[in-house]
Amino acid sequence: MMNILELIPAELIRILIGLVAILVFIALNALILVYVERKVAGFIQRRPGPYEVGPWGILQTLVDAVKLMGKQLFSPTGGDRLLFWAAPLLAFAPLPLLFLSIPVGKNLVAYDANLGLILILAFSGLNVLALCLAGWGSYNKWSLLGAVRSVSQAVAYEIPLLLTVLAVTLMTGTLQLSAIVESQGAWPWQWNWLVQPAGFVIFVICALAETNRAPFDLPEAESELTAGFHTEYSGMGFGLFFLAEYTAMVVVSSMCTILFLGGWKGPGPEILGVVWFFAKVYALVILMMWMRWTFPRVRFDQLLNISWRWLIPLSLFNLLYVALVVKI
Amino acid sequence: MTTQNLAGDFYTQCFLSEQDESGRVILNMGPQHPSTHGVLRVIIEMEGEYISRAEPVIGYLHRMHEKMGEVKTYHQYMPNMGRVDYLHALAWNWAYIGAVEKLCQIEVPRRAEFIRVITCEMNRICSHLVWWGAYLLDLGAFTPIMYAFDDREQALDLLQMITGSRLTYCYYRFGGVRTDIDNQFISGARDFCKLMKSRLPMYKDLVTDNYILRKRCEEIGELPLEMARRYGATGPVLRGSGQKYDVRRAEPYSVYPELDFDIPVFNECDAMARYRVRVAEMEQSVRIIEQALSKLPKGDVMAPKAPKRIKPPKGDVYFAVEGARGKIGVYLASDGSSTPYRLKLRSPSYSNLSLFAELAQGTLLADAVSILGSLDLVIPEIDR
Repeated sequence: MMNILELIPAELIRILIGLVAILVFIALNALILVYVERKVAGFIQRRPGPYEVGPWGILQTLVDAVKLMGKQLFSPTGGDRLLFWAAPLLAFAPLPLLFLSIPVGKNLVAYDANLGLILILAFSGLNVLALCLAGWGSYNKWSLLGAVRSVSQAVAYEIPLLLTVLAVTLMTGTLQLSAIVESQGAWPWQWNWLVQPAGFVIFVICALAETNRAPFDLPEAESELTAGFHTEYSGMGFGLFFLAEYTAMVVVSSMCTILFLGGWKGPGPEILGVVWFFAKVYALVILMMWMRWTFPRVRFDQLLNISWRWLIPLSLFNLLYVALVVKI
Repeated sequence: MTTQNLAGDFYTQCFLSEQDESGRVILNMGPQHPSTHGVLRVIIEMEGEYISRAEPVIGYLHRMHEKMGEVKTYHQYMPNMGRVDYLHALAWNWAYIGAVEKLCQIEVPRRAEFIRVITCEMNRICSHLVWWGAYLLDLGAFTPIMYAFDDREQALDLLQMITGSRLTYCYYRFGGVRTDIDNQFISGARDFCKLMKSRLPMYKDLVTDNYILRKRCEEIGELPLEMARRYGATGPVLRGSGQKYDVRRAEPYSVYPELDFDIPVFNECDAMARYRVRVAEMEQSVRIIEQALSKLPKGDVMAPKAPKRIKPPKGDVYFAVEGARGKIGVYLASDGSSTPYRLKLRSPSYSNLSLFAELAQGTLLADAVSILGSLDLVIPEIDR
């Protein structure tokens, strides 16, 4: 009995420290990623990007964040104020929990849940609800269209995503993220992406769609729906959605790293694990940025076609293949 | 009567009164919308994501250019033409100047004609580049417009050297052009042609052949030739439907008959065909500029006997040129005084826009954006 009482506070302290670290990371990460995104976009579009504020424009996003905070919080007449303001909070709230069970290095995890994978998938699903509420609460037809799109997009892409994740868990036999990492070796050819290349590709595509990044940014397709679900948001209302988007990018990239790219494993001593992990995550993030600034947006029915006609059957075959090859 | 039926302005109410089935969402696309490129407003009746009815509402940018033409003298009116279609301002310059020249029978020196061809074609490339970038922006590709504007910048710098302005040119004069071109301009124009020749294949690889883009353009907004004729569509919209009609060849003016160039025509009738026509036209314009530069004769750029004060004889005249969007026509009726009795501007965008209501019916909202973009509308030209 005493043993348990002693254990719980230690766990709690670990989680609390982890949460604080995660919140700091989320804020810093968004600041850095927005800067990186703008520099990457600038590089691709042959222009300098931000360079005015601070050395090389590093402080640009900080200044933008201050500007966003200083803006008037405006809610549309006729809209549902409660839902309208609940939406950005709901978009942001699950984010710290998503990081909770992600191992960034050996033993470097806030809470090593044995159902970590399920935890992440469940909480990341809440994002759809936020988008849906934002679209409904805005009392704006464009926002509503964006919300409707986001729901059907999320439903369509969560299925192949789950199926590929399932294939990985079938192979490793665990839902614990650290165990999945442990099952992979230090070198790139010992990682899961080589075992299930199809699963890896499907996962990356679904990750793009799940985070509403171009070419699948239909809920906020600005040339069609002005700004989609966040048309009516100003100040930090918009800021929280923005924060959520950039954090979601890191979450799906971390997931992809853990499931397919060996997590924190890499050649060299284990202390380098954190470096390897973040190197892989940010490489994936930059890949997502590269895609965004290169491709045109797909049409909505094409988007659904990709999922229902290609990705879902493919991921089913992938699952079958994994079951046959790996289990036998 | 529900409150919804009382909401909205005159156009919305008219649109609502024609609604056969209630419960569909009425959307106002514009006047401030990212993909209407200006202040065009389209009222859309949506059934899910499909458009069951669309109706453009115009007039948000009406500046009474035609009336101003009646009030101002011929010289005073010239700067107006640069503002009608800001993307291909020189074609409008030419249409007006050409009409007056035809009415007054002013001879234009050959060097001036060649300079007009060079500058007008350069401006056409600029216009198509802006369309290209903006259209891809409509389709969600952010990067091409930056590349297009980069290239356009080179041409704008050149045009600025001789015309003094970068967008709303007022360069042609009755009987010639304002300034002669020098060696710096000529070598710059040659460099620009070289640049475009290296760029266009890259654009093809990077953008035109992109699978997502082709899926967004092919078989979208199919415009049968019969329908294009019915609405009086001209320019790339008509040529994308397989009709080989270009004012430069059909009603030749200036020195175009002496120049060797093709009129690109595509028979697919879809947005991709219109896209391909414009990209091919850029190539042809480069060809025209190169030929005109090598054939450029020496001599005056203003007719020595050009009248200082324009007072045309009684009568009327119609003069048309090929603009980037189609046939630009100026009809001028003179009563012998120093201002025209009546001035009518035929703008291609106006006819091309009227297609949209029929073309957009039954398409997805995203396709409607693609169709609207493929018509290459310039709103000031529609409203004049």
